[in-house]
Amino acid sequence: MSDETPMEQKVTLVTLVDNRPGVLNRIASLFRRRNFNIDSLTVGRTHRPHVSRMTIVVDARLANVNIIAANLRKLVNVIEVRVVSDEPHVSRDLALIKVRTDDPESRNMVTEICERYPGRIVDMGVKVAIVEVTAHEEQVEAMIEEFRPIGIVEMVRTGVVAMGRGIRIQDTQYEPPQMRAGTRDNGVQKNIL
Amino acid sequence: MELTGSEILMECLLREGVDVMFGYPGGAILPTYDAMTKYPQIHHVLVRHEQGASHMADGYARATGKVGVAIATSGPGATNLVTGMATAMMDSSPIVCITGQVPRAAIGSDAFQETDVTGVSLPVTKHNFLVMDVEELAWTVREAFHIARSGRPGPVLIDIPKDVQIAGTEFVYPEGEIVLPGYQPRTTANEDELDAAGRLINEAQRPIILAGHGILMSGATDELLHLVERSGVPVALTLLGKGALPENHPLSLGMMGMHGTATSNHSIQEADLLIALGMRFDDRVTGNLATYSQHSRKIHVDIDPSEINKNVPVDVGIAGDLRTVITQLLPRIERQQRVDWLARIRDWQEDDDERDILHQDTGDRLLGAQVINDLWLHTGGDAVTVTDVGQHQMLEAQYYPHQRPSTLITSGGLGTMGFGFPAAIGAKFALPDEEVWAIVGDGGFQMTMCELATAVQEKTNVNIAILNNAFLGMVRQWQEFFYEERYHATPMFNPDFCLFADAYGVPNMRVTRREQVEESVAFARSVQGPVLIEYVIEKEDIVYPMVPAGADLHAMIRRPKPGERESA
Repeated sequence: MSDETPMEQKVTLVTLVDNRPGVLNRIASLFRRRNFNIDSLTVGRTHRPHVSRMTIVVDARLANVNIIAANLRKLVNVIEVRVVSDEPHVSRDLALIKVRTDDPESRNMVTEICERYPGRIVDMGVKVAIVEVTAHEEQVEAMIEEFRPIGIVEMVRTGVVAMGRGIRIQDTQYEPPQMRAGTRDNGVQKNIL
Repeated sequence: MELTGSEILMECLLREGVDVMFGYPGGAILPTYDAMTKYPQIHHVLVRHEQGASHMADGYARATGKVGVAIATSGPGATNLVTGMATAMMDSSPIVCITGQVPRAAIGSDAFQETDVTGVSLPVTKHNFLVMDVEELAWTVREAFHIARSGRPGPVLIDIPKDVQIAGTEFVYPEGEIVLPGYQPRTTANEDELDAAGRLINEAQRPIILAGHGILMSGATDELLHLVERSGVPVALTLLGKGALPENHPLSLGMMGMHGTATSNHSIQEADLLIALGMRFDDRVTGNLATYSQHSRKIHVDIDPSEINKNVPVDVGIAGDLRTVITQLLPRIERQQRVDWLARIRDWQEDDDERDILHQDTGDRLLGAQVINDLWLHTGGDAVTVTDVGQHQMLEAQYYPHQRPSTLITSGGLGTMGFGFPAAIGAKFALPDEEVWAIVGDGGFQMTMCELATAVQEKTNVNIAILNNAFLGMVRQWQEFFYEERYHATPMFNPDFCLFADAYGVPNMRVTRREQVEESVAFARSVQGPVLIEYVIEKEDIVYPMVPAGADLHAMIRRPKPGERESA
């Protein structure tokens, strides 16, 4: 990319989808064929058994976020799309960081860092500890940078999950038609992955 | 009533109004082929290649707006449908493709003739289904037809494992309303959008309407005519928009874009307002986006919200059904004459006329433009024409003006060679009382000419006009302009098309002189069943005007006026 490329422009979309096989594939396929850039994508169940929720962070430099949202809405299995980064919202990223603690100095440093961040030691071994942090993405990144000189052995992040503030409820009355018709649904949860 | 999955499928197809389907049997779909024997109300057309089935379903759909149905077996049968689905996707044509799949227990095991067709077809369908439970089949068929025909129409695939076709269950047709929370196409515009659009139209000095396929799909031709006559705004058509406004209307400027009329393209470039109705600013109609209609405000109405601001940023974007939106818009439109603007346009039209090949002396050569013009003349301009892709397609668009909607069927978005002939067969099934002509080139015809056997077996009364220049003419034209006349892989060895027709027992005729064109039309009309006419035309002809790919829309390569030297 040339120098003229604008600064990274991250946009967070929250998407409610049918909890059915292949839905993640449809979303991923859409992003690939439209040449949209995914920064992170998380999927999980909601309190409604037939609805899953994705938080998708995209780089909106190359594609207008409204075009991305309009394309997502075209997918039949996508129930709702909201650009939560346009409104007051809470976003969280979770990381598990396995860090070297094989001398007293590193153990002290890890403990000290965990006190300054919303992190905690969830496993303390002889040579390594696992730290869990759940925080805003930027805070997680700052914490990781502090661990780096000590020695990160292994690390995993969930990617961002987000939720708009206030009372607007996204998924209100959705029941799939097969349920209504009483011809399907044995109550078994299907996994969309 | 206890029915098998296959019988349930047939029951549901009946209730969707299906009267014909195009397909090819095979192991994984055999239970359904067996069930067809109990449903003689649905005629099955045996094709010679599944690609033909998908194009026939497409041609059927485009001719009537009804959903076309193609059916094939798993694996190679299913993958052969893919080009047809991609074609239908790009041109928003409502088709449902039904494929057999290996039994559920074998899925994922690389079983014989297994293909992940829901995966393969994902990017080229509007939606697709893999039916893993016979209890879901009836709802799935209803949803598939609903999705195919509503909103922005498109292809939908239903993949049914063989054991689901065999499985029995108590069948009660699901009468309830279809509820798809994630699928609710918006159809009407709001007042603010309409007021803004109305104001722009009333204030514009040099407006132009760009009418596309959406006008035809929404059935908005009457509404468009009212809008045009009240507002006095001239209309340029996209290729698929031909028929949206009768082309003999004084405000019709003909086609726009790469091979559109120079008048349309100049009007777009000099306009102060574009009113884009059911079109999508494809690169073939815009040319270079950076210089595209730079001085105009823009209104864009389309059923698909993701099209608005996709290629061209607009001032007023309305996601809605065109018939509804134009009806809502009409009361806001003032009656205007637009004398100055139309006078400017008339100057361009006179220049176009002067350059027209039909007004020039071409000696003994038989040109594609002459053949199309004379076909138009002798069919009374009222045939349903189905084209393939290439020079003959652009000549059709230029020289066969259409007065009625949906009388030109052509692959625009995907540009699928091989589409024309099978799509014409499908169109004839949809419109048995219309005169249907497949207008094809020698290259494209050879891609799907195996379907001649289908037309003979079905006694399909379709007229085949092959414009044979023994070249892949459009590619040759590009090689002439942009590759220093290196005609690599474009000269064609062709069979003797008349002998080929003889082999199928199909009446045929070869035309080499212009006087014979009239006779050929009379001959075609005298034949019941398929008839093949070969027009042996000039080998190295060029379709003018031409906007080179990516060039400015006004930078057209023009045909020289009489007496002018050729300049490219």
